[in-house]
Amino acid sequence: MALAVFVAFVILVLIVSSRAGRSKTATSGGYYAAGRSVHWGVNGIAFAGGYLSVASFLGIAGLIAFFGYDGFLYSIGFLAGWVVALFVIAEPMKRMGTFTVSDALNKNYRRPGIQLAAGLSVLIVSLVYLVPQMVGAGVLVEPLLGIPHYIGVLIVGAVVVFLVASGGMTSTTYVQFFNGGLLLTFAVVLTIAVLIRGVDTSDLPREEGPEGLESYRFEQVALAMTDEGEIDREALAQTPLRDPEIVDTHVEYHEYTDRPVLKLYQLSRLIPAEPAAAEGEYTARVKGRTAEFGANRVEEVDGSPYVRIEDWWRLETDSRFLPQGTEAELREVQSVARKPDGTQLVNGVDFGLGGEARLRQMGRVSDLPGGQEATGSVGPVGLLALLSDEDTRVQLPSTADFQTGGGTQVSVYYENPVPGDQYMRPGMRFPVVAEEGEPEATTLLNRLNFVSLMLALFLGTSALPHILIRYYTVPSAAAARKSTIVAIAGVGIFYALTVYLGVGALVGGANNPLTDNMSVPLLARSFNEPLFAVVSGIAFTTVLATTSGLIMAASGTVAHDLMVNLVRHEIPDKTKVLVGRIVAVVVGAIGIALGIAFRGVNVSYLVGWAFAVAASANLPSLLFMLFWKKTTAAGIIASILVGLVASVGLILIGPDMWGIYGLDPANAPMPLDQPGIISIPLSFITIYVVSLATQKEKPRHAAAG
Amino acid sequence: MDRNKPTAGEAYERRKVRLGVRMTLLYAVVYAGFVILNVFFPGIIQRSGLFGLNLALTYGLGLIILAVVLALLYNWLCGVPPTEGEES
Repeated sequence: MALAVFVAFVILVLIVSSRAGRSKTATSGGYYAAGRSVHWGVNGIAFAGGYLSVASFLGIAGLIAFFGYDGFLYSIGFLAGWVVALFVIAEPMKRMGTFTVSDALNKNYRRPGIQLAAGLSVLIVSLVYLVPQMVGAGVLVEPLLGIPHYIGVLIVGAVVVFLVASGGMTSTTYVQFFNGGLLLTFAVVLTIAVLIRGVDTSDLPREEGPEGLESYRFEQVALAMTDEGEIDREALAQTPLRDPEIVDTHVEYHEYTDRPVLKLYQLSRLIPAEPAAAEGEYTARVKGRTAEFGANRVEEVDGSPYVRIEDWWRLETDSRFLPQGTEAELREVQSVARKPDGTQLVNGVDFGLGGEARLRQMGRVSDLPGGQEATGSVGPVGLLALLSDEDTRVQLPSTADFQTGGGTQVSVYYENPVPGDQYMRPGMRFPVVAEEGEPEATTLLNRLNFVSLMLALFLGTSALPHILIRYYTVPSAAAARKSTIVAIAGVGIFYALTVYLGVGALVGGANNPLTDNMSVPLLARSFNEPLFAVVSGIAFTTVLATTSGLIMAASGTVAHDLMVNLVRHEIPDKTKVLVGRIVAVVVGAIGIALGIAFRGVNVSYLVGWAFAVAASANLPSLLFMLFWKKTTAAGIIASILVGLVASVGLILIGPDMWGIYGLDPANAPMPLDQPGIISIPLSFITIYVVSLATQKEKPRHAAAG
Repeated sequence: MDRNKPTAGEAYERRKVRLGVRMTLLYAVVYAGFVILNVFFPGIIQRSGLFGLNLALTYGLGLIILAVVLALLYNWLCGVPPTEGEES
């Protein structure tokens, strides 16, 4: 069904595009600005539809499901930027520009340098932002349609390029409007469904299986410890596990202290098998999945067939997370092991013979205050109050990677118990409080990274090129303002609801432990298959809506800002449109290539960077041009270039990129992941100092009101 | 044009700009307070807020609501027609 909905959405989008392409794109005003005739209400929803990217729809809810409150910080930062956009940028941009950001910046100066610098900045920001969208498209399409990542990127890239090249800003507007409406509607639908379902501690993770939605509860085995703090082997033999033997152990220690934070045991044990239809073959259920085994793997015990598997378990000794009177528990975890000979084991089973080599979904609420088992329907405030109660226990999907003595690479996916009050406060992803023994410098860096990200989100929104060009599609400055207000209301409602999508995914066990980007589609699937199909289709239009806006911005800036200045003579209107279409194809192709190359890179990092680059390169010059009469052309050019070089340069020498290069992130020349806290002030200082130093420049032209 | 005596339209524009800057600064201060509390005073942010929620959630959701309220207020104030000579 997901495939059918996906195809239906593609066809619908292509029809919209081709109709728009026929009607309004013959002139540059039609192609680049949708004829400036879009209604402010439509434009407002289109703003929201273009702005709410996969990072907002899939990423934030996933972060909330995996890390709690810290994911919500993105929602707050992403929305806060709209305040700057509405109050100081919207109307002046509409009054001063015709097609691009550079138009507005250059209005009073008419210097080719400004247009070139601003054009370059728009192109780079668009590309930096395009990469995570393309990567996200691949991540999304891969599990939904069962096709490889690069084909997913190619399909999405091809559709979006066709859309922009044929329909220009008109089709981009309608795809974004369509997407904005769907996102808001289904965020509300999912939230209502989450509230009606409420919280149920016996409500196991539900995921699709051969017989519809089915569940699995990870096993917990109580046992005693020796005086030395080790597992009592005799006690282990008395547990319901059949013939357990400890094969291997692994302990993860706190980064700065010797405190063990994760104790893992690899157990060899027998599990019941059944003869399969084919003679000499057996099946066994491993963590609720059916695996096939040859007769050589089967042992007869008391006349019944068993197979021996080796899987990993986590030792829990923290009394806060144990039943009363229990000293310790072994808790089942999931694992993927890659042996040196290339064999891959999922949950201790080589699925080469057959069966479903998939990890189970994770996340749940295991305890509610006062020993309550289920809440039934809850209100929106009640659900959040319940989840942030100190007596609530949530089981977050967490992961750890390590290598065994035999050279096997192991990734374990375990339920990480966390009290509710800790889940709903900052610190799970951005650890701004030092743990005992942690160096002050580390805490300071974490704090600076956090402030840097929040600064970039606040200042970046109003400088994103695909947002700025939307001001040119409405007929007046008042319409620009009204459409921004519609956008703020729409985006605000959506971001407030992300909390419920994230919490709902955790409560419903709708998380793929391998990626935090699939929680919303899986949440939809935990209700029913049609909802899953529609939500997956919306995720696809979300990618299209954002990428089409970015390609449109890049196309406009190359044809309108860069080419005009390179050719240096007036270009006929039709040629401008043709160039725009060609550039859309080229930029789309670059986006596709980068989307394939950056596969596996964390999407949210890339999005944070795009905001930082936009805020550093574009916003200082926009604000100074609007509010400081002494601003000079040289100041604007210097600010754009310094902001651009500083932000991109700092990212390239930062710890994250160092990791991508295969080097030790701790040795990166730039200790911060997020450049905004340095590059944004630097760009502001540059425009101030250079403008003061170049006051003898030819005075700027009178502003046209 | 006499630059000392702005037209009603110019005065209206200037009033809007001032209003926009003031509202941005107001929001920036509230937002900065949120960031500072989160980063430097995590003990305070986890205390009780409104409706049984902690301060972190109350403040965060409050920021979202404040943005929407300010946007509507700004539009309402901008919608007031300019009066000749009201602003200098």
